[in-house]
Amino acid sequence: MYKSALIGLLSMLAAMVLPQAAHAEYGDVVMNNYSDAAGMRPVVFPHWYHRIRFRCKVCHADLGFKFKAGGNKITMAKIIDGQFCGACHNGEISWSVENCGMCHSGISGTPTHIDGSTVQRLVAPTYKKLGN
Amino acid sequence: MKMKQFFLGVVALSVLPVVAVRAEAAQPPLKEVKAAKGHVSSANTFNRLLKKPKAKNLPPAEDGIHDPDNDNTHVLQPPKIAYDGLPTTPFGNYVDWVKALDDNLLQPRYDRFDPTIEPLVMDLDIVREVKSTVPDVVFPHKPHTQWLHCSNCHPKIFIPQRKANVMNMSGILLGQQCGVCHGKVAFPVTTQSCTKCHSKPKPADWKPPKSETSLKNPWN
Ligand code: HEC
Ligand code: HEC
Ligand code: HEC
Ligand code: HEC
Ligand code: HEC
Ligand code: HEC
Repeated sequence: MYKSALIGLLSMLAAMVLPQAAHAEYGDVVMNNYSDAAGMRPVVFPHWYHRIRFRCKVCHADLGFKFKAGGNKITMAKIIDGQFCGACHNGEISWSVENCGMCHSGISGTPTHIDGSTVQRLVAPTYKKLGN
Repeated sequence: MKMKQFFLGVVALSVLPVVAVRAEAAQPPLKEVKAAKGHVSSANTFNRLLKKPKAKNLPPAEDGIHDPDNDNTHVLQPPKIAYDGLPTTPFGNYVDWVKALDDNLLQPRYDRFDPTIEPLVMDLDIVREVKSTVPDVVFPHKPHTQWLHCSNCHPKIFIPQRKANVMNMSGILLGQQCGVCHGKVAFPVTTQSCTKCHSKPKPADWKPPKSETSLKNPWN
């Protein structure tokens, strides 16, 4: 009997920590082109946090980030070479790359996407690309 | 015996949230309900397709995409703290980013290193007349060039020439044209935000164009 109570309590706890529907901050980008496959948590990039410190122009014009979640094919090799996140996360403008868990903080299995976007919130979500 | 009932209760309670999570994932939530008299089937409820309003500005550990088992997740800054004192809006980050800049409450750098470099701001409004009863669209270059560089839009997203670009809501909602940013990072398209873009009222004598079929309607 005590055993069933224990199981009950445990599953109650599990239910509370299970990933519920995502309510992430608007504009958070999950990057998971390679992370899962390499056994790392996916990367979560917070737009709100960076736009308080930098205008869009710094990343999207000067540093060449394309407007496409996952579209820049960022890798650790490029980062330690000073590209993309590595242009700032180098121990000079911001904390350095050895703080793996600061960037790799996502729930494993989360696909690459930008959270809370209008497309995802439509009643009939559509991901078809129409070509510009 | 009472103990047993109590334990069963605990087990049932603990299963409930799991079931709730499942129901949320499977859409639309349909329950088998007997068509007994006076019993409305759950297929016929209100808000069958309404997405629940997002909880606002949750801390990373509770937002559903950050892993709470990662120690660093708890070091990340909760947005609410950063937004303290900033003007608000009813959508997106719930922050009025344009006003925050204008009121000098934020000073994001325009250059990666040098905080003194000023952005190249251009004050040019482009009016796009809309074939619909909604107010016309005004595209203001000013708030855009405060954040972005000309090359972020020209020429890849928009040819820099008045009326040279085809725009409509279906494209915008799918993430094209204005929707490259609006609906992703810049303020989203929701009922409360329509008038941010549709900001120029129609002239008093303006009437919506009538469709061909309506003009030729034999029963009229
Ligand atoms: C400044 C942010 C940042 C930090 C710090 C960081 N990473 Fe990454 N890492 C990324 C991004 C962005 C990607 C690309 C994610 C993707 O698409 O899967 C990535 C991808 C990876 C990958 C898969 C691709 C590859 O290049 O091998 C591995 C493995 C990885 N990181 C390990 C690490 C380790 C280990 C550390 C700590 C020493 C670390 N990362 C620190 C941002 C970061
Ligand atoms: C610190 C750097 C940085 C700043 C500042 C920044 N971004 Fe981004 N942005 C990124 C990164 C990183 C991505 C994801 C790229 C990837 O996954 O390859 C991104 C992606 C995007 C996307 C693509 C989303 C999609 O998948 O459709 C848009 C749109 C965007 N940013 C708009 C903006 C706007 C608007 C601003 C200014 C308000 C801004 N960004 C400021 C780094 C930045
Ligand atoms: C233009 C410079 C710049 C670029 C590019 C950049 N960052 Fe940052 N990032 C910063 C600065 C500055 C901070 C704040 C550091 C501090 O508080 O000391 C920061 C902080 C962060 C934080 C911590 C936020 C918090 O809650 O404390 C994360 C996570 C992060 N960056 C991820 C990334 C990732 C992932 C990328 C690449 C996709 C990236 N950054 C690219 C400048 C940049
Ligand atoms: C956020 C995107 C965006 C940015 C950034 C932007 N523009 Fe534009 N621009 C537009 C749009 C949209 C139009 C209208 C196009 C249309 O009506 O088809 C336009 C039109 C123009 C036109 C044509 C005006 C006319 O009377 O025909 C010029 C010139 C122009 N932009 C120059 C610039 C310059 C210079 C910058 C940088 C200082 C800039 N733009 C930044 C979106 C942008
Ligand atoms: C490259 C990204 C980008 C594109 C494309 C873009 N915008 Fe914006 N827009 C922004 C950003 C960033 C802001 C600043 C406010 C914010 O982030 O919510 C902004 C602000 C605005 C504002 C000012 C709102 C206010 O509070 O005063 C209007 C109006 C607007 N956009 C309309 C448009 C229209 C119409 C189009 C298409 C013709 C368009 N935008 C295309 C990025 C963009
Ligand atoms: C980011 C700016 C923006 C927002 C927000 C926005 N619109 Fe639009 N809307 C446009 C532009 C640009 C056009 C095309 C104007 C033209 O024909 O040149 C347009 C066109 C339209 C049209 C005419 C039909 C069509 O598709 O061309 C209707 C109707 C409309 N919008 C309704 C709405 C409603 C309702 C909302 C709020 C849910 C809304 N719009 C929010 C920018 C916006």
